[in-house]
Amino acid sequence: MSYKTLTVETDSDGISLVTIDLPGKSMNVWDADLIADFAKWVDEFVGDDAVKGAVITSGKKSGFLAGADLNMLGGGGPGENKGGVPSTPADQFEAAFGLNKMLRKLETGGQSAKDLKKGTAHAKPVAAAVNGLALGGGLELVLACHHRVVADNPKIQLGVPEVQVGLLPGGGGTQRLPRLAGLQNAAMLATQGKPIDPNTAKAQGIIQDVVPAGDVVAKAKEWVKANPKAVQPWDKKGFKFPGGGGAMDPRSVQFFMAANAMAQRETNHNYPAVQYILSCMYEGSIVPIDTAIRIESKYFVKLLTSPQTRNMIRTLFINKQSAEKGEQRPKGVPASDIKTVGVLGAGLMGAGITHVTVKGGMNVVVLDRDQEAAEKAVAYSKKILDKRVARGKLTKEAAEEFLAKIKPTADYNDLKDVDLIIEAVFEDPDVKADVIKKTEAVIRPDVIFASNTSTLPITGLARNSERPDQFIGMHFFSPVEKMPLLEIIPGKESGDRALATALDYNAKIRKTPIVVKDVRGFYTNRVVPPYLNEAMMMVKEGVKPALIDNAAKGLGMPIGPLALTDETKLDLGLMLVRSTKKELGDAYKPTGVEDLLEKMVEGLGRAGRVSGGGFYEYPEGGKKHIWPGLSEHFPLADEQPSLEDVKDRLLYAQLIPAAQCYAEGVISDPQSADLGAIFGWGFAPWTGGPMSHIDTIGLEAFVRTAESLAQKYGGRFNPPEEFRAMAKGGKTLYPKAA
Amino acid sequence: MTEAYIYDAVRTPRGKGKADGSLHEITPVELATQVLGAVRDRNNLDGGEIEDVAFGCVSPVGEQGAVVTRTAILNAGYPETTSGIQVNRFCASGLEAVNIAAAKVKAGEADLAIGGGVESMSRVPMGSDGGAWPADPATAFKTYFVPQGVSADLIATKYGFSRDDVDAYAVESQKRAAKSWAEGRFEKSIMPVKDVMGETVLDRDETVRANTDMQSLGALNPSFAMLGEQFGFNAVALQKYAEFEKINHVHHAGNSSGIVDGAAAVLVGNEEIGKKLGLKPRARIKSMASIGSEPTIMLTGPEFAAQKALKRAGMDKGDIDLWELNEAFASVVLRFMQALDIDHSDINVNGGAIAMGHPLGATGAMILGTVVDELERSGKETALVTLCIGAGMGTATIIERV
Repeated sequence: MSYKTLTVETDSDGISLVTIDLPGKSMNVWDADLIADFAKWVDEFVGDDAVKGAVITSGKKSGFLAGADLNMLGGGGPGENKGGVPSTPADQFEAAFGLNKMLRKLETGGQSAKDLKKGTAHAKPVAAAVNGLALGGGLELVLACHHRVVADNPKIQLGVPEVQVGLLPGGGGTQRLPRLAGLQNAAMLATQGKPIDPNTAKAQGIIQDVVPAGDVVAKAKEWVKANPKAVQPWDKKGFKFPGGGGAMDPRSVQFFMAANAMAQRETNHNYPAVQYILSCMYEGSIVPIDTAIRIESKYFVKLLTSPQTRNMIRTLFINKQSAEKGEQRPKGVPASDIKTVGVLGAGLMGAGITHVTVKGGMNVVVLDRDQEAAEKAVAYSKKILDKRVARGKLTKEAAEEFLAKIKPTADYNDLKDVDLIIEAVFEDPDVKADVIKKTEAVIRPDVIFASNTSTLPITGLARNSERPDQFIGMHFFSPVEKMPLLEIIPGKESGDRALATALDYNAKIRKTPIVVKDVRGFYTNRVVPPYLNEAMMMVKEGVKPALIDNAAKGLGMPIGPLALTDETKLDLGLMLVRSTKKELGDAYKPTGVEDLLEKMVEGLGRAGRVSGGGFYEYPEGGKKHIWPGLSEHFPLADEQPSLEDVKDRLLYAQLIPAAQCYAEGVISDPQSADLGAIFGWGFAPWTGGPMSHIDTIGLEAFVRTAESLAQKYGGRFNPPEEFRAMAKGGKTLYPKAA
Repeated sequence: MTEAYIYDAVRTPRGKGKADGSLHEITPVELATQVLGAVRDRNNLDGGEIEDVAFGCVSPVGEQGAVVTRTAILNAGYPETTSGIQVNRFCASGLEAVNIAAAKVKAGEADLAIGGGVESMSRVPMGSDGGAWPADPATAFKTYFVPQGVSADLIATKYGFSRDDVDAYAVESQKRAAKSWAEGRFEKSIMPVKDVMGETVLDRDETVRANTDMQSLGALNPSFAMLGEQFGFNAVALQKYAEFEKINHVHHAGNSSGIVDGAAAVLVGNEEIGKKLGLKPRARIKSMASIGSEPTIMLTGPEFAAQKALKRAGMDKGDIDLWELNEAFASVVLRFMQALDIDHSDINVNGGAIAMGHPLGATGAMILGTVVDELERSGKETALVTLCIGAGMGTATIIERV
């Protein structure tokens, strides 16, 4: 028998070594070929009396098996819509149950659960020899083996991360994990999706052995030889869940009561996968495993066929990965070789950029007006590294090596050998013009000049450059080392090489890049202010502040808009309002909250968290709470809007400007609009992003709701004409699922 | 339709629901047996006249399982012809059981029946029967389940009751209970509980603390703050009640109903059977109602149950002389008074569960009996009895003295 994705060698003792090795791929994943091959092998293995047992391992250095190929699932999953004919739930179940069925056959040796329990039958022993990471369906394969040996390397990740793209472990993970590690450990792993290391897994009972990396196969084989008759614990008579399970055990009832509440707290009812994982564990812990894995597959189908999961897989996995791989990079431009980056300005942004650049494997020359100011960038990194050293996550030597890669200076001549410039000086066109001139005087003529700005048009800044085709915008977010998005803004004259280099640099610092047109605010800053303004409008109307921020959290925003305004500072908001007004003159469109900002900042001294409080009070050592004075100056309305109404306003206050950006071509495709929203300002990840969400709502319903909001609250909610037209034409933003 | 009359009401005193409580040594079936025996014997019945017995029991598992009512009927020496049913409507089970008995009489299914209840919380702890509602993720998520204590604190938060408000209510409950005991107001219905030797083990409610004051209550820590905060229940409640920043935790052991053991029985029949057996009717059941309400705040149902019962009786709230609402938590009663504009002097006049305890399955029948006694003592005419109920429900009964 020959296979595409694995090899089988059977030794003289009749023990097969199955080596999974997907051709042409850097990592093993469950794709259609592997599923077909593995099913075929399991049938062979079970049916061939000459084979006594098996060891399963990987031929990849990169790891054991990284889970299911999400590209395969992203289209709505196996079984959906074959050849234009919608598949039935029964088809979808059979497709989803395939993996479970195969793994179950492996662990039972094709014997019935009844015979195994009676002890009249046994399975052939199967051991997993895990040489590297085993995630998702990879770990689930390991769990279906009777014995699990993992290489002794704390960097090896074992986990079930499906929840992060809105799925659940659908290969028995929700059933075997609690049967091995108890409900609590299993629920933690599966609802949070965070992997654990081999020793933790061993302590939890998930694997049996941690051995030196070179010995995994030998140790696994040793066990197979010593245990010719294998039965999983849950197929033995009298099996009990470690720590209790089932609806009749008070310990598991207690556990589920708390887990249900905590899961609701974390998910705000926005991520059904989390509830379904708990449901699989609850329902599955009451019934035998053969029933339990069927329940799991049914919940899996329910998720896989939901638009929400499709959106999450598409944005958070497929599109994120292709953006990070440089999908928007102009073809044909040779790869740039960036070894040293010149960072201009050692303030908060410059220091952050310096940090992520060194972290990305490059050297940095960081320049500021004097040596002392430039040294601040080193201090910034040192503070971050010291924390990691204190926590034992980094050695002192590595930290020193890191800092040695930063050269702080006040001398422009030190920039003469850098491969890329990132300018992060004060947001003032004159200051920027000055440093552009001074820098271009010393750098190599082929070096790309990137300007980090959040407010100034790139085309305008590029006018100060001798080489505007080599000039480009890079909008980092603060704090740079934490915020995942990078907006790349080509100016009118930016050339392909500038864009290619920016994306090459981004690939090194591993951020999620989007390419944005050079308009005021770019993309993210076009959307966030109207959203924050909407919240402040509501404060003016007398809506309870708690209702506003809780509604946002209910939508899935990481922080309420009033709390966020406190963070981003009301005085900064006021300053921006004034500078924009001054710049635009009569063209300035009032936001409706100018007076509120003025009153809060200048009248009441409530400029934000760092200035002693804004909408919230920040008691030392205590939890923040709404400033009691707020309702004195903005009296609460007698009649409060419903939670749903407030949610709609806050949601559409983001959807509408995001739609405008897409309609106006500020952002060229729905993918980038979605990525930029989720990774730029934390737009509810469960939606897959604003464009995905508009598709989920349906363009027609979106337009209708927007129009009714516009009638109630003002023209700012009017949908762009292009969206009205698309709605009329029955179109969708993303191509309809095939 | 046939009228249903209350002929008698008997209850055990309530024993502290812990291992050191006086009734801890008495089995729940024996508590039920003794009230059934008492109601039969003091009315000079044989038992066979009583056609059906409905008993509330909220944790009907273990020794309270397998239809504890039927076991108690046989154990009490009733003829085998008397049938029994066990009823669970959480905290209103006892009242619901009386309503079922009354409904059977009104419908002509039975001439004479008993409604009542039993709960030995010291022996079969609350929650022993598990249940899908809080544990099954599907239902816990769908209903935004939070424990009752968090719901009670949510009521206080939403309707603006401070710690002082709820504590002051509790102090008054203790005072009223102590005074009622001192004046012998419960004598008519109290039946001392006896042990196997026939010796009395308890003849009065065990948890009344006459000397409770604001200061002593002030020293108690809120009971549900940690539960709400650590396990996420506060967050769940606020997802539905998003207009609040936080839950104001005001309830504690001193202003919540006590955990106790006890049983009660109410004898209900039509007019003819009373005449035939020489029984004197004490009150007429005018209307009965049960409703469902918002399950997360859970305990605001009495307001709606009362309104429904009033409507069915063709009455107005001004027609009610005496109100009785189970003191599950102080905020529940305060909210009811606020919603229906009831004066504190007209409600729970003899104290309630904060002082005397809440034996879950029995309480409804106990407070109904208390109200019958009080109508006779005070010469008042009408009363409305109601209880808040888990998962958002309310049950109410309106009676009229005859």
